[in-house]
Amino acid sequence: MSDEKVDIVIVEDDPSDAELIARVFRKHNMVNKIVLLKDGAEALDFFFGSNANDQPKVVLLDLKLPKVNGIEVLQRLKSDERTKNVPVVVLTSSAENQDIKDAYKYGVNSYVTKPIRFEEFANAVSELRMYWLLLNKPFEGQTPVPTARRS
Amino acid sequence: MMTDRHVLNEETVGSKVEIVIVEDNPNDAELILRVFRKHNMANQVILLRDGAEALDFFFPPDGPAPGATLKIILLDLKLPKVDGIEILRRIKANERTRSIPVVVLTSSTEERDLNDAYKLGVNSYVAKPIKFDEFAKAVADLGLYWLVLNKLPAR
Repeated sequence: MSDEKVDIVIVEDDPSDAELIARVFRKHNMVNKIVLLKDGAEALDFFFGSNANDQPKVVLLDLKLPKVNGIEVLQRLKSDERTKNVPVVVLTSSAENQDIKDAYKYGVNSYVTKPIRFEEFANAVSELRMYWLLLNKPFEGQTPVPTARRS
Repeated sequence: MMTDRHVLNEETVGSKVEIVIVEDNPNDAELILRVFRKHNMANQVILLRDGAEALDFFFPPDGPAPGATLKIILLDLKLPKVDGIEILRRIKANERTRSIPVVVLTSSTEERDLNDAYKLGVNSYVAKPIKFDEFAKAVADLGLYWLVLNKLPAR
């Protein structure tokens, strides 16, 4: 395990969106470590792989992802004791009611649609950063140690 | 316009409420309401003063539960009659109310409260800042986040 704690996990396949989100989150030096994952398989591997990591303060999850879609990733995160208490915010261009309904059904903490205009998108991400890194208090409980981590 | 509890007797009012504040401390409740008014977010706010009032509101013995227009529930934890953790448990266990965002807004800094709230599916947990202006800013940020940025399904 790294001694550098992961603050935020971004699951985003669009490189320009990912770059914008990471840039806004790095402002003001509030963030120690950002992990960027580019598809659903990488996300599942990060959270459930053999070297499962510390819990971030928030996961920003896109829905339309290669390999494993975001709803499936959300469902896995929220149904596993190791990850269910990590705040997950869906950040997506989809405003389809079925996606919103499914996300809440599987226990998403918040659902935010990506504004189309660059400046509005940056503002929305800035609000997300303020809310989930400053205002919200993350879970502090012990999480069950995955069996793979036994020595 | 701030609505008070007595309006609950009129069946139609509950169906338009967007913000529910469950808070027994009158000073904190007044501050929260004042901040919402200042930012023009005070339309259809309802203030409930203890856990029993909250259960009556969310699970009325007769008539349909509210929910269609609810955007956010601000829930204190230390409440008379029924505590906030129990209210949260009931809201998140019920199919009709579980997708309504609940933010615990409390002065409790106990790790147990924090962790219990997450285990029951709270959407967010915010500790009340002690200083007045920081509390006011936190409430304004909360309101803007959940009323403007967060999206809910059409119900």
